[in-house]
Amino acid sequence: MAEVEFDQASRIYTAGAKPAVNRLDLEIDDGEFVVLVGPSGSGKSTALRMLAGLEEIDGGQIRIGGRNMVGVPSRDRDIAMVFQNYALYPNKTVGENMAFPLKMRGVPREERVTKVKAAAEILGLSEYLDRKPRALSGGQRQRVAMGRAIVREPQVFLMDEPLSNLDAKMRVSTRTEIAAMQRRLGVTTVYVTHDQVEAMTMGDRVALLKDGELQQFATPAELYDKPANAFVAGFIGSPAMNLFTLPVSEEGVRMGSSELALPRALRSRIADAGLSTVQLGIRPEQWSVGSDATGSGVKAQVDVVEELGSDAFLYAHLDDGEQTPVVVRTGGRSGARRGDQIALTPTSEDLHLFDPSTGERV
Amino acid sequence: MAAPTTERPPTSTTQDLAPVRKGRVGASLLTVLAWIVGIGFFFPILWMVLTAFKQEADAYTKPPKLFFTPTLDQFRAVFDAGIGPYLLNSLFATVVSTILVLVLATPAAFAVSLRPVKKVQDVLFFFISTKMLPVVAAIVPIYVVVNDIGMLDNIWTLIILYTAMNLPIAVWMMRSFFQEVPKELLEAASMDGASTARSLREVVLPVISPGMAATALICVIFAWNEFFFAVNLTAARAATVPVFLVGFITSEGLYFAKLCAAATLAALPVVIAGWIAQNKLVQGLSFGAVK
Ligand SMILES: Nc1ncnc2c1ncn2[C@@H]1O[C@H](COP(=O)(O)OP(=O)(O)OP(=O)(O)O)[C@@H](O)[C@H]1O
Ligand SMILES: [Mg+2]
Repeated sequence: MAEVEFDQASRIYTAGAKPAVNRLDLEIDDGEFVVLVGPSGSGKSTALRMLAGLEEIDGGQIRIGGRNMVGVPSRDRDIAMVFQNYALYPNKTVGENMAFPLKMRGVPREERVTKVKAAAEILGLSEYLDRKPRALSGGQRQRVAMGRAIVREPQVFLMDEPLSNLDAKMRVSTRTEIAAMQRRLGVTTVYVTHDQVEAMTMGDRVALLKDGELQQFATPAELYDKPANAFVAGFIGSPAMNLFTLPVSEEGVRMGSSELALPRALRSRIADAGLSTVQLGIRPEQWSVGSDATGSGVKAQVDVVEELGSDAFLYAHLDDGEQTPVVVRTGGRSGARRGDQIALTPTSEDLHLFDPSTGERV
Repeated sequence: MAAPTTERPPTSTTQDLAPVRKGRVGASLLTVLAWIVGIGFFFPILWMVLTAFKQEADAYTKPPKLFFTPTLDQFRAVFDAGIGPYLLNSLFATVVSTILVLVLATPAAFAVSLRPVKKVQDVLFFFISTKMLPVVAAIVPIYVVVNDIGMLDNIWTLIILYTAMNLPIAVWMMRSFFQEVPKELLEAASMDGASTARSLREVVLPVISPGMAATALICVIFAWNEFFFAVNLTAARAATVPVFLVGFITSEGLYFAKLCAAATLAALPVVIAGWIAQNKLVQGLSFGAVK
């Protein structure tokens, strides 16, 4: 077990091109579960593969347990990886697949058998040890890949979208199993996903990447409550946060024809930053909905109602002349219908403000 | 429709099946055609094998006899004429050159596919360019060199030439099989602690063994049937079956059944090799859980 550090680590695939991973700084504690998340092409896999030794480190360092890994081949890094397509050895049985890393490290036969049996027990694979991977279901293959990683008791686990080939239900159950197993084994884990729900539910901390740049590295709660910039704010949370670029006014901001009053604390932050327009972020659950007749609040018209049972999402557009879309969460059985006129008022004091030119949090 | 149907079920059934039957007619026509083409290809071989089991007298009848008392006399005569050493020479040259080709082509193909080295395209083109020069054009210098180093009529000369002749094809074939292997398999093996050689042996080769079987079969066929080098560079000691066969035609050209027996013997090993490789070939490349 070990801590992992990315120290200004970069990967440049083609000379002159934009780095796939640009000066990444991460300090991952021993035993921590860190999720790398971001949109497609943001460099998550590349960062993971650099740590795995499958990609060159073109700049900076990556350290495992304090030891610099630049130039160290994968097989000497003492890490195990679960691949998206599992990469099981098709000609070996489940047992042989799981025993392979032990065999390569010269573990004696009896010990290999004991360890594989123990891991198979944990993963519920005991009865499949003699089968070939092609005779297994997707979920079972995923477990074998996990098994092959855990038998070795490596310093670090790496996983690149290990759940993306499972159906939705399996994904949810396996998600909790992986998280629970990681807590039990206490092995430092770096987990890549593009699914923000996986990131939020599994990670001790989440690193959000975009275009090879780290946007924020924080706990899921902090990422949600204090997004470092507008990109993070829009990426985390489903449905996404409503983001409006608005002119600053006396009492707050102007939204279409109406004025949205902001609390004093927010107003002074805008003033300190010296902004004349500001990007305002309001999460769907930070609205209260009144009927149009009540008068106060921002007027909007409902386009779509999504009833989820426990709550409902209203997809609406503002009457601001530009039809700006807005998403609102209400309690279940809202009774709202398509075409309804509603009046929206922010309920929370903790609205999010970003500098419209840089996207940084104000 | 309900009432008439119950009254006259056969009519309605025929009507329903009409389009299906049309499809079936087409399919059976194709089947017949396939059989005709197949027999067309196979007939000369069948005829050769049949004739090999005939007495010379039966071999010449018109129309040809389909029913006759089979005999092994012709095969005995061919062995008496001394095909034995030629068979051994062919076998030795084929087996050894094929093994050499596989041993050399596998790492070479690995290098140009899964672990691409620089200038891969040039290297590949160089391999295949060696096949562009007609052998006829190369035979004189080859003869001179072989003569100078005193290797004429030596089976190892043929082995080296056959290895060189088949190597480019084998590298190209093996490369295409290697390229089918998902790179994650190698990456997983290296993370699991395997060296390159070890992951090649333990992970990649089992996966591409059908491809190796196909490559080996091609090499066997080419080496076994090779005539030009053999006839020009060998004489009494190192000559191979094709050389024997041609000599046999000249000397025993009038004895049809005997010729057919010799030709059957010459064809047999290739058939056996194909039959051995077949199991592997039909299995195909299987990446099981990966692809
Ligand atoms: N072998 C390669 N050669 C050149 N560019 C590459 C290579 N692999 C990845 N890239 C580029 O590097 C960038 C990051 O890719 P990466 O695979 O790390 O993204 P990702 O975040 O894992 O995306 P996804 O969610 O789609 O898997 C992309 O712009 C991609 O085009
Ligand atoms: Mg990826």
